[in-house]
Amino acid sequence: MGHITNISRRTFLVGSAALTGGVAFGTWSFAQDAVTDVPNPLLPGLGPNAASFNAWVKISPEKITLITPHADVGQGVASSQAILIAEEMDLDLGQFETEFGPPSAAYWNTGLANEFVPFTETDHSPAAEAAREGARKYLKESGLQITGGSSTIPDSYEKLRLAGAVARETLKAAAAKRSGAALADIRTQSGHVILPDGTKIPYGQLATEAAQLPPVQNVALRAPSQWRLIGKPMERVDIKAKATGALKFGIDQTVDGMVFASVKLNPYKGGALTAFDAGTAEAMPGVKKVLQITNGIAVIASNSWYAMQAVDAVECTWAKGNYPPEQAEHWAAVEASFSPAKVDKEWRNEGDIAAALKDATVIDAEYRAPYVAHQPLEPLNAIAVVREDAAEIWVGHQMPRIVQSMVATLTGLKPEQVVFHNQWSGGSFGHRLEFENVRTVIEIAKEMRGTPVKVVFSREEDFLQDFPRQIAMARNRGVVKDGKIIAADMHFASASAVRSQFGRLGMPAQGPDTQIPAGIWNMTYAIPNYRATTYAVEGVSPTSSWRSVGASTGGFFAECFIDELIHAAGLDPLKARIAMSTIDVYRKVLEAVGEMSDWKGPLGNGKGRGVAFMEAFGVPIAEVVEVSATAKGIKIDKIWIAAEVGKVVDPVNFENLVQGGVVWGLGHAINCELTYSQGAAQQTNYTSHEGMRMYQCPPIEVRGLENGSDIHGIGEPPTAISPPALANAIFAATGKRLREMPFNKFIDFV
Amino acid sequence: MIELTVNGEKRQTDVSPDMPLLWVLRDEFGITGPKYGCGIAQCGACTVHINGVAVRSCQARIGELGGAQVLTIEGLGAKSLHAVQKAWIDHQVPQCGYCQTGQIMQAAALLDKTPKPTDEDIDMAMSGNLCRCGTYVRIRAAIHAAAEKL
Repeated sequence: MGHITNISRRTFLVGSAALTGGVAFGTWSFAQDAVTDVPNPLLPGLGPNAASFNAWVKISPEKITLITPHADVGQGVASSQAILIAEEMDLDLGQFETEFGPPSAAYWNTGLANEFVPFTETDHSPAAEAAREGARKYLKESGLQITGGSSTIPDSYEKLRLAGAVARETLKAAAAKRSGAALADIRTQSGHVILPDGTKIPYGQLATEAAQLPPVQNVALRAPSQWRLIGKPMERVDIKAKATGALKFGIDQTVDGMVFASVKLNPYKGGALTAFDAGTAEAMPGVKKVLQITNGIAVIASNSWYAMQAVDAVECTWAKGNYPPEQAEHWAAVEASFSPAKVDKEWRNEGDIAAALKDATVIDAEYRAPYVAHQPLEPLNAIAVVREDAAEIWVGHQMPRIVQSMVATLTGLKPEQVVFHNQWSGGSFGHRLEFENVRTVIEIAKEMRGTPVKVVFSREEDFLQDFPRQIAMARNRGVVKDGKIIAADMHFASASAVRSQFGRLGMPAQGPDTQIPAGIWNMTYAIPNYRATTYAVEGVSPTSSWRSVGASTGGFFAECFIDELIHAAGLDPLKARIAMSTIDVYRKVLEAVGEMSDWKGPLGNGKGRGVAFMEAFGVPIAEVVEVSATAKGIKIDKIWIAAEVGKVVDPVNFENLVQGGVVWGLGHAINCELTYSQGAAQQTNYTSHEGMRMYQCPPIEVRGLENGSDIHGIGEPPTAISPPALANAIFAATGKRLREMPFNKFIDFV
Repeated sequence: MIELTVNGEKRQTDVSPDMPLLWVLRDEFGITGPKYGCGIAQCGACTVHINGVAVRSCQARIGELGGAQVLTIEGLGAKSLHAVQKAWIDHQVPQCGYCQTGQIMQAAALLDKTPKPTDEDIDMAMSGNLCRCGTYVRIRAAIHAAAEKL
């Protein structure tokens, strides 16, 4: 069900739009367009007494189901998508179920366009708006259903409220038709339509009649002052099941008749399997079969542990991959990329940078950021069954339509013959945008036709097959004079995660990578002579989007160097940033962390505070970190962080997500790098790549600001801003400037 | 044949004696609350109680568990939610939630031994349980809240 383009339905929608006078609002709205101008993928699978008014709402006499198509990988978007619909539908928590829904172009991401265009978020000039519009058109035409780039809330904020309002108004119309009451006298409350005489009709009882009506598209959204759910703390729809163990992640699912598999793939990624000896493995307990797959071996057994033990015992000979075998060569490739021939783009060039840099007091500094692994706690897994005329797959994934088309390609089936069941994921951080689990489970299931196969990667295999965060360096120069920063010349060289990722999908990205200059193309300080240039690093490890993508390296490079210039100018790090702010809403974010932390300048006594600020994913975000230099090492005492997102949809989830982003950013900045030797990752479990543990985690005070008019997500920005805030704090406490991650290579932490 | 008690119910299995309890629970008994995260006792996602002690079930070989009493997250709150589970819900601790069943089993064991833990006690007892989503601030608050209720 789900993905078949329904021509008659499409025609019908066009007809009904004409009937209601076309566009519902005085001004054209892309969200309105996204709700109405798509075939509804839920209609083909609806039962006889059920109704669906658009791609997000299903009602039957038994239950109300809200479709929350953005994958929930822990960021809580099943809940935030649901309350956006429920708000306008007059549903209370507990009156509906949620489902992730099918792969469908109906769920094209309207919120990602901003990330595709190099305009600062507050830039609403005709050029910026035209570029966004072009990006949106592309996203719609390609039907790109994707969770990522902190885009779920920007995508959903208006669209899902409209979807809920359409459902509400259509139910009201059905009640009017049934009762003969005037539509204007009918209202809704708590899952019921209420007639003028006070009669309450549960929505489910109107499903059959509502299904006969054209969805009422001409709807008005409620004023925020009337909101019951949005902006207030809610109990997340998954919280109880996650506290009782009842929630089934992808790895917990079972299918009748299922067998268990595990894989060993060439650790020198991209290389082939040249020979293997499975003699020992075949004789091990529970083993049913040993299979050769494209770049490795799969063992099928009667449980996952037997499969993992046996696949580990297969002796393999591997061909080389297509990147340098040793880590030092990767760094050499980055160093060699700072050349005119490798320029990806000069993003900005303001004032007279060449003249300004002739000053004798030029400050220059080199920064480095290593590869890091994703490694969410739920390892890669998937279940699939391949039959002659159909395939079915159960996997937690952020790009459902691409999973579907990949399965179709691998099996020779048509996309509409592939059923995809999205799953709750035990974290992602970018990992569930990759396909090694999808590809391997299908290769195995093809060999076991008719038998469902569950593949689970061992943690070690997951590390070895992880496409890490980009490796990157910066060479920055600047000049300060008379207590002012008068020049900054920022040069970043980086592998392109986006190009690598989409290249693997056969969808090569065009033009310069807008992620690599994160932090410098959109730097909003008043610096009279300013240049921002990026260089493309090629011929290194394949890489992938890692929580906050380019900003995870760019934020560190940009905000530590600005801090160096501020100190060289003899200025207060927070006051100087506030003074240099050119956008009012952004300045307020800096002022907020100043107020929260009661910032008063240097602390003394071995204590230090650092501040950092940037725009990441359209979100201006600032963080203050306080540390103590103890005899045993640096102790992080406290963190204050503020971000401007336009509207905080759920303050509790917002706080949790921001705190988690800080922990993710700091844990990896302090403790983690992924390095290569003989082509393979040297870190293969949390012993050597552990992130942050509880003892390192300080209190983290969070504030969400709502001064701006643009709506944003918050999954990624806190990760990007945390490493520079910590490095700047360590400088304040010790005088030691950390210019390379992970920091524990240079200083101890307690 | 190995016989043990899981969540009050007698269970039997004839798998290899060196198979970890974690995989017996998950793949043989269908009890999926305990999670596989690392397989080497580095993440704590597989934490269960064996004879009242919090143990990493990925390291407990089934052949050594004949007659053992095993409690998983499914058994902890079977009759009514444990105070730790209630606090986890009140404080909205989980994000992805994959580590949280192990965190809860570890926290419940901590409160059995140390009914009023300090922040330091919590850091000591809980630092073996990795949370990739970074919910540590809420875990700390929820443990203090559960301690108040117990």
